[in-house]
Amino acid sequence: MSKITPEIVKEHGLTEDEYDKVLEIMGREPNITELGIFSVMWSEHCSYKSSKKWLKTLHTEEPWVICGPGENAGIVDIGDGQAAIFKMESHNHPSFIEPFQGAATGVGGIMRDIFTMGARPVANMNALRFGRPDHPKTKHLVNGVVAGIGSYGNCMGVPTVGGECEFDTSYDGNILVNAMTVGVADTEKIFYSAAAGEGYPLVYVGSRTGRDGIHGATMASAEFDDDTDEKRPTVQVGDPFTEKLVLEACLELMATDAIIGIQDMGAAGLTCSTFEMASKGGVGVEMDLDLVPKRAADMTAYELMLSESQERMVMVLKPGREEEARKIFEKWELNFAVVGRLTDTGRLVLKMGGEIVGDLPIDPLAEASPEYDRPWVATSKPAILDAADVPAPNDPCAALKRMIGSPNFAQKRWIWDQYDHMVMGDTVQRPGGDSAVVRVHGTPKGLAITTDCTPRYCYADPFEGGKQVVAEAWRNITAVGAKPLAITDCLNFGNPERPEIMGQFVGCIEGMGEACRTLEFPVVSGNVSFYNETRGEGIRPTPTIGGIGVLTDVAKAVSCAFSAADEDIVLIGETNGHLGRSAYLAEIEGRDEGAPPPVDLAIERRNGDAVRGMIDDGLVSACHDLSDGGVFVALAEMAMAGDMGAAIDAPDTGIALHAWLFGEDQARYLVTSRDAKTVLAKAAEAGVPASIIGRTGSDRLTVGQSLSISVSELKSAHEDWMPNFMSAP
Amino acid sequence: MKAAVIVFPGSNCDRDVQVSIEQSTGKPCAMIWHKETELPELDLIVIPGGFSYGDYLRSGAIAAHSPIMREVKARTDSGVAVLGICNGFHVLTETQLLPGILMRNAGLKFICRDVDLRVETTSSVFTQNYAKDQVIRIPIAHNDGNYFTDPDTLKMLEDEDRVAFRYCDAQGGINEAGNPNGSMSSIAGILNRRRNILGMMPHPERLADQLLGGIDGRPMFDGLVEALVA
Repeated sequence: MSKITPEIVKEHGLTEDEYDKVLEIMGREPNITELGIFSVMWSEHCSYKSSKKWLKTLHTEEPWVICGPGENAGIVDIGDGQAAIFKMESHNHPSFIEPFQGAATGVGGIMRDIFTMGARPVANMNALRFGRPDHPKTKHLVNGVVAGIGSYGNCMGVPTVGGECEFDTSYDGNILVNAMTVGVADTEKIFYSAAAGEGYPLVYVGSRTGRDGIHGATMASAEFDDDTDEKRPTVQVGDPFTEKLVLEACLELMATDAIIGIQDMGAAGLTCSTFEMASKGGVGVEMDLDLVPKRAADMTAYELMLSESQERMVMVLKPGREEEARKIFEKWELNFAVVGRLTDTGRLVLKMGGEIVGDLPIDPLAEASPEYDRPWVATSKPAILDAADVPAPNDPCAALKRMIGSPNFAQKRWIWDQYDHMVMGDTVQRPGGDSAVVRVHGTPKGLAITTDCTPRYCYADPFEGGKQVVAEAWRNITAVGAKPLAITDCLNFGNPERPEIMGQFVGCIEGMGEACRTLEFPVVSGNVSFYNETRGEGIRPTPTIGGIGVLTDVAKAVSCAFSAADEDIVLIGETNGHLGRSAYLAEIEGRDEGAPPPVDLAIERRNGDAVRGMIDDGLVSACHDLSDGGVFVALAEMAMAGDMGAAIDAPDTGIALHAWLFGEDQARYLVTSRDAKTVLAKAAEAGVPASIIGRTGSDRLTVGQSLSISVSELKSAHEDWMPNFMSAP
Repeated sequence: MKAAVIVFPGSNCDRDVQVSIEQSTGKPCAMIWHKETELPELDLIVIPGGFSYGDYLRSGAIAAHSPIMREVKARTDSGVAVLGICNGFHVLTETQLLPGILMRNAGLKFICRDVDLRVETTSSVFTQNYAKDQVIRIPIAHNDGNYFTDPDTLKMLEDEDRVAFRYCDAQGGINEAGNPNGSMSSIAGILNRRRNILGMMPHPERLADQLLGGIDGRPMFDGLVEALVA
């Protein structure tokens, strides 16, 4: 047996201390297969060793939460015996190395997490962050990532209903690909991963195991350097057709009661899935690797255990139900193999060629997984930027046009045209709005889904930024009329071994936690992606939030498009003209300064609850939350979506006009109504500031007597950037 | 009307079209697994959209050899109506029930969006509820929708009034701007000579419910029910 040298240990990403712990647990030197298993189980990606301490502080419970963090995905009750199951996950490192397959398998992986729990996936979302548009790699990465996401979701027949796409130089060397899936299941038919039953069969289904993706989890737990391209073989290759078959076969089997526990094979493949099942169920597993379906006959135990080949699942069946299950998988032309049995030894025993090739204790390995209290330093609070220190533009309309035609505001139709966003026949609000809205099939209910993050704010002040991320997701769900239920978080940060990065992480988590508690908007699932650094340069802290809400009557959902002329436009919430860290400051002044807008969560809640009530009462014909770019950008977006202008009264507030137009004060909405009187009365009743700022109509957006721009001019600036950028040589 | 939808491995618009049919008939629409070799008594067979066999080899090429397709062919010979949508259109060209092929979109990208279609003929059970030259809004969602055939076949399709729909601009003009995928002569859907088979790339089932943003697809299903009352 080969000797484990310090070099081999290092290659496996284990520290000396960690290896000492391995020796202690094993009571002997591990063989290479066993070392590989420790390495992936204890990788940052699988063990959350740097983040665990802080994740525990998040708010995860509310009465409607059926299952919080720790399973494949989070589950919330959506009434009538139905549950929404959802999660967002990163596939950043693989997507940078090989954008098409990296992004595609990210989508495949997150959908597997959802249907593993018994839900049919009903909607996909994605939050993408690329480097600056003129970086030599950006266009190639955008092309590959978008095509990859489309290829997988389209073939699966699950609509990709929305998301976000941002460009910033901090992502030049580390793009972010965060994919989210929402599924719907009957609350009576939810499946978990815990294994149980001594002697019960362990079954492998789906694709064969190949040599792709070995050590993907370890790769995703290290920084990039100059040899990044050499890591391409660690990226897996997706086969969405096979996954579609796995989905249908699993749902067909799940309709019976043959399954005890089920787990998909994601990061660290067979290793992670069997460990999780066994550890949760407190059982042992004996597996015969000769029985694992393989792509190459001469694969070693090491390769089989660490492969990240896609479209594979492992399950524990009730004894005697194997043939029934086999028939279903064979109908769908999929592999099906009983590869082992559960034992009472508490150990994972691997056999190959009649010999034991690995023998590890399950609980000690899982429990002893390292947990670090990494040193951190809090980000120092930036000074508040006075609006008076931000020069007014010569022509606010020209500034508006420049902003909505800038990479981060420009319409992303070029992207969503490549995603089938209508398959399944329930997409009520398509991409481009505040939240996507999908009908719950066969019911009058709807789900509102959004993804959000403002890294500009999180970088300046992680705590306020963390609050804002959650608040904005909550606001986007409210803006379509839905009741916010819960979030999934996808926490993308740099190297946690650097105290300032860890400080960003801690700050964001604390801010998010506070917002989740006050808004009763718990975190039910998520993932952490550290080491988003290249040559020591970290990304901006990017805790992406995926939020969902429920509408009891989906027909009541409103969009952000102006829908009729001569309606009053009401601004809800308080306007102070906060320009620090605003999109205006960044896009027009090229400055990244000041404190981000503060988020008063009690006010956020009060204002949002009032708006939701107005929508539910049928008082509102269009609603848009105010975020990046403030009132003026929101008005432009409503006008462009509805192909209709508006006349806004010159504000008489004592705030500088450009601060009023572009300020990013939080907890605000714009609504249109035929009955503004009642809207104002409802607002007053709830103690919410509200005022009529103008009326819809004409084909121009005007402010007072002097500012005017045509909607068609805005639209061409907004719509042309992305296709022009992508088609330019 | 008795209708059934054929389900291949990788079909994914099977349920969507079933919903639209049931909405128009008020009766259950059967789902038939591709491995079946017999069909019940039927008035309409739908070959749905999706990625049968992952679109591997060529879109629709493997599904065309599924056991059920022999029976589908036999039924079309006896006059049963067959509607192939998107990947179903691929299957119909691969089985040569309809002429021509569908190549990769001219822009080489998957396209999902609403497009305008001009109704070219009302002389079929599929299009009788539309007006000739009516412009309807129907979504497309495909990689391979670029219709191509030889000049003689194109002339035959036109002479025999077998082009059902053409991509057009909002005013009904047939031009490059209104053609999303490079299809020859802007063809979006064609009929067989007997006019009981329609293959089309756009998805009428996707806009047959006001809540989803439009109902221009609904007259097709309502028209089939009226024409095929059994």
